[in-house]
Amino acid sequence: MHEYSLVEALITRVEAEVHRRKALKVHGLSVRIGELAGVDAGLFQTAYDTFRAGTVCAEAPLTMRRIPASWSCPSCRAVIPRGAPLRCDACAAPARLDDGGDALTLDGIDLEVP
Amino acid sequence: MCTTCGCGDTELVPVELHEKILAGNDRAARHNREHFLEAGVLALNLMGSPGAGKTAVLEATARAAAPKGWRLGAVSADLATDNDAVRLVKAGIPSHAITTGQACHLDADLVHRSLHGIAWQRTDVFFIENVGNLVCPAIYDLGQAANVVVLSVTEGEDKPLKYPTMFLAADLVVVSKCDLIPHLDFDMAALDDAIARVMPRPRVLKLSARTGQGLDQWVAWIEEQRLAHGLVGKVAGLAAHVHAPKP
Ligand SMILES: Nc1nc2c(ncn2[C@@H]2O[C@H](COP(=O)(O)OP(=O)(O)OP(=O)(O)O)[C@@H](O)[C@H]2O)c(=O)[nH]1
Ligand SMILES: [Mg+2]
Ligand SMILES: [Zn+2]
Ligand SMILES: [Zn+2]
Ligand SMILES: [Zn+2]
Ligand SMILES: [Zn+2]
Repeated sequence: MHEYSLVEALITRVEAEVHRRKALKVHGLSVRIGELAGVDAGLFQTAYDTFRAGTVCAEAPLTMRRIPASWSCPSCRAVIPRGAPLRCDACAAPARLDDGGDALTLDGIDLEVP
Repeated sequence: MCTTCGCGDTELVPVELHEKILAGNDRAARHNREHFLEAGVLALNLMGSPGAGKTAVLEATARAAAPKGWRLGAVSADLATDNDAVRLVKAGIPSHAITTGQACHLDADLVHRSLHGIAWQRTDVFFIENVGNLVCPAIYDLGQAANVVVLSVTEGEDKPLKYPTMFLAADLVVVSKCDLIPHLDFDMAALDDAIARVMPRPRVLKLSARTGQGLDQWVAWIEEQRLAHGLVGKVAGLAAHVHAPKP
């Protein structure tokens, strides 16, 4: 259950930003989780709800943007059908994961500042 | 202060970050990678389910790679024991246990700290045996040169489809315990097919630590990696790991 250690890293990062900007309150944060990020969104939410109590994020709702994984050919741009072998037969080339499919990012924080 | 009229009201500002949640780990991993490459060490991260045969592959590597004259070393993650490190030392690989307690994966800091317990600079090939787990270890960069996923024939051909993130991270899949195939309903073609659907550059080796089958190809793959990372002929063991470990 690395979701807990991820949430810990996330909250530590938010705390640093709050400190840096002398923020009074965190109103929300948004994260992006790709289908191939190796993270279970439900577990991530549970971990967040467990961990945020007593932290700067205590009253900050978490917005999760989930990105489906899609693959395409780097040379002819053909889309690889979902579930198919990850190569373009026409170009004899390995497929490339489109942006966001493995994302695990903190996109933004809504901060209340003086 | 409110910028419109200068009253004392607070303001709500959206701070755009777009930062990797694992940025801290990635930084520590880059640091480890510099250490390994400076010292001429090929670091390999071995992942796989509990009992997939990771330690057995390493024990067999000590025998199979003997003619190469490589100096081997390892750190081995274990929740509670140091059994694997003891087994590896017995097999002739200087090893150190990383007791992870509850953690279900290694991270770059854990690996960095463990380096202080072993003369890793005086190795040519350094194995990092990760916690037995097909999920979490995949997303933690440790500073390795390559990721190896050990998958035993007893685990079923569909594992790559169920754990795509692990196989996406893999540079090589080692299919282990192949000596058991005659006793199982195991379909190697189905496994190869599943791997091709989760790994864009599939690279698969079939071996048995028991019979020694496939170990030559495994040793050849390691040699190829040393070459690819510019480590062949490099004067190793000079870079000193001088700075103090992080607390
Ligand atoms: N028949 C056969 N058994 C094997 C082979 N390799 C490993 N085993 C057996 O599989 C079991 C697990 O092997 P380990 O090497 O301890 O596996 P591991 O992946 O290191 O396990 P953990 O570190 O505990 O996750 C042991 O009982 C081994 O004897 C093999 O090539 N053939
Ligand atoms: Mg082991
Ligand atoms: Zn985990
Ligand atoms: Zn193409
Ligand atoms: Zn105002
Ligand atoms: Zn260091």
